[in-house]
Order: sequence, then structure tokens, then C-alpha cells
Amino acid sequence: MKKHLPVILTGAVTGVIALALVAFGNPANMGFCIACFIRDTAGALKLQSASAVQYVRPEIIGLIIGSFLLSLLKKEFQPRGGSSPMTRFVLGMVVMTGALVFLGCPLRMLLRLGGGDLNALVGLVGFAGGVGIGVLALNRGFSLKRAYTQSTLEGAAMPALVTGLLVMVLLFPVLFAFSESGPGSLHAAVWISLAGGLIVGGMAQRSRFCMAGGIRDQMLFTDFHLLSGSAALLVVVIIGNLILGKFHLGFQGQPIAHTDGLWNFLGMALVGWGSVLLGGCPLRQTILAGEGSTDSAITILGMLIGAAICHNFGLASSADGATFNGKIAVGVCALILLAVTLLNSNRKGAKA
Amino acid sequence: MKKVDARGCACPEPVVLTRNAIKEDPSGAEVTVDNACAVENISRFARNAGYQVAAIKNGSEVTLTLTKP
Repeated sequence: MKKHLPVILTGAVTGVIALALVAFGNPANMGFCIACFIRDTAGALKLQSASAVQYVRPEIIGLIIGSFLLSLLKKEFQPRGGSSPMTRFVLGMVVMTGALVFLGCPLRMLLRLGGGDLNALVGLVGFAGGVGIGVLALNRGFSLKRAYTQSTLEGAAMPALVTGLLVMVLLFPVLFAFSESGPGSLHAAVWISLAGGLIVGGMAQRSRFCMAGGIRDQMLFTDFHLLSGSAALLVVVIIGNLILGKFHLGFQGQPIAHTDGLWNFLGMALVGWGSVLLGGCPLRQTILAGEGSTDSAITILGMLIGAAICHNFGLASSADGATFNGKIAVGVCALILLAVTLLNSNRKGAKA
Repeated sequence: MKKVDARGCACPEPVVLTRNAIKEDPSGAEVTVDNACAVENISRFARNAGYQVAAIKNGSEVTLTLTKP
């Protein structure tokens, strides 16, 4: 139990902070959503023009800087990269597409479930199925090849970029696009969001908290360790929402969600499969980017561009359900994942 | 005892490589990794599988020796 404590604590604290961020102004069941927040940031940077989802989310900045500072403090900051960066960029785009068809990353999936949104349960089944495909790939020797040591500047580039973004948005907000209505207009105060991100970023750096890793390790090694963090998060969020009177069990009328079961399932299946190929869920990618992984930094850039494409070309779902373009995109993304999986799997590679 | 070079491998590949090595030779394995996360993951996996783990640090690299008690 003791060895599980850091990850359980991270899950529980993430749950509490997520509830607090909603209470302070974030959209419902969206205390955190790595996919939505990167998408909103893409909007604020005018990479996509959906006027309802434009805001520089300080949570993302906080997660990366929190992880960066803790990894420096614990001497775990390690600039590394070169493990199939372009493939990772594309996988970032695919994961973002799946998340925006479902309307949430794995973290928001659990937050939605904790608010009683049963559409997220359908998503969770799809997510676990996607992770299962990824596990099959790992057992067949899937690898995006080794990462190598990089310069300090290279590893610090992403933490520096988001710090620059924070400074720019605080000093010159007029340069950015901000939603006046819709989810992008709903947010906690900048300092509260930033503090929430910093705390979760630091804790997740220490505990290696990861949504995809939880289910993956359970399937691969029957190891419950990481999954205990996700379980703690879910329990805390359910209890918190019950206390706050925000637990509404059902499929209909859930906030920033749709009831299109097949596409909730398939969207999250893409996210699960892609996350295992990447070695971690979107939250974990932000943490690794903070620790100096340029591969994860590239993945985040892939997610940023993926989000812009999703909104500029109508791939993202709305409360009305998945779009025609979005459904086509899910098919294309599944083919991309299949190609990446097959072309990087090698039975011999699975051996030492 | 098989030797595994898991340096630079992303999570969870070091653990998969270790698992495959002890599948082939259950007497143990010697695994070299280069990040704290992999050390923790392999150590946890090895102890769950009934192995003792000894770690020798060499700069940024760590060599883990898995033996049956």
C-alpha cells in the first residue's frame, strides 16, 4: 500500500483540484482536460477560429512548469529525444482527433464519469479497448526506437516556450483571441488555474501518474500500481460531486458531451491505442515534456496542430454528436495507427 | 542470466524487455536503464515476480540485477 501512496495521493489531489477549478469558473466536468485545454490554447493563438473555444489555459502551462521545477529539484530533469519525433507528432494529432470526437482526454473522461456522465463510461470501454490493442503491439515488440541525450537548451525549450506564452498573455492579452461565450469563456482566475496546474504537474512528475499507463500495466503485468491513481481520482470526484450536488447520473443533457455512443467509444479507442504507442496519456506527455523529453514536447505540438485541424475542418464533435467529417477522420486515424503499429513492430525487437 | 540494454527506451518498454528476458531465462537478468522511472517500474515488476533487485548506479545509468532469492 505504501508504495502506491504517491500515485493514489496524486489522483486524489488532482480530483480535488479539478472540482475546485470548476467551482472557481472552469466549464462543468472540466477542471482539467489536456486535449480541450491545448485546443483552447490553439484557439487563443489563432491557429483555429472556433470562437467558443479560445483561451490560453494556464493549467497546461502550470503542468509543464510544475513538472520542470520538480524534476530539476529531484535531479530528474533529463533532456532526451530522437525517438521517432515525426511519428510522435502524427500520433499527437491522432490522439487529439479521437479526444475531440469524444470531447475529452482520458483525464476529463474520468472527471465526466465522476459527474455521473454515462457517455464517459462508453468512452472508458473504448479507451480500455484501445489500450488493449496497444498492449498487443507492445507484446509483439512495438517500439518507436530509443531516445538519446540532448542538450540542456533542447530539453528546456518547451518549459521556456510555455513560460514565454504565460508572460506574453499576462503583459499583452490583446494579442490573443479570447472566447466571449462558450466553454472558452468559462475559466477560473489565471493564478488559480496556474497554481492548480503547478501542483498537479509537480505531483504527477513524482508519482508518474498516467491514465493510459494504469490500464496498460494492469493488462501487461497485472500491476495495479498506476491504476490505483485513476481509481482514487474517480472516487474523490464522485464523492465531491455528490457533496456539491453536481452528480447527475445519466446519458442525456451532460455538460460538453454528446450521446453518440459509437463515436464516444471509437474516439476514446483511438486515444487509448495512440497513448500506449506514445508511452503515456496526454497528461503524461505534458509531464514528460517538463522533464526534458523533446519527444513528448513534439507530441504536444502535434496535439496543438491536430486541435487546430479538428476545429478548422469540422472534425470535432459538439453537443449534437459527431460530425460527418469527424467520423471520416476517425477512420483515417485508425488506419494511421494501424500503419504505425505494424511498421514499428518486430517480434525480434521484443527480445533483449 | 540475460543482459538487457533498455537505455533510452520509453515506458513501458524496459519492463517488457525485462519480462521477456526472464521468460527466456528465469534465473534472473541484468538490465541497464537510464531514467528513474524505468528503475522504479522494473524494480516493482521484478519484486512482484519474486526476484530480488540490486541496483548499481553509474553516472546517469543504472544497472539492475535481478536474482531469485
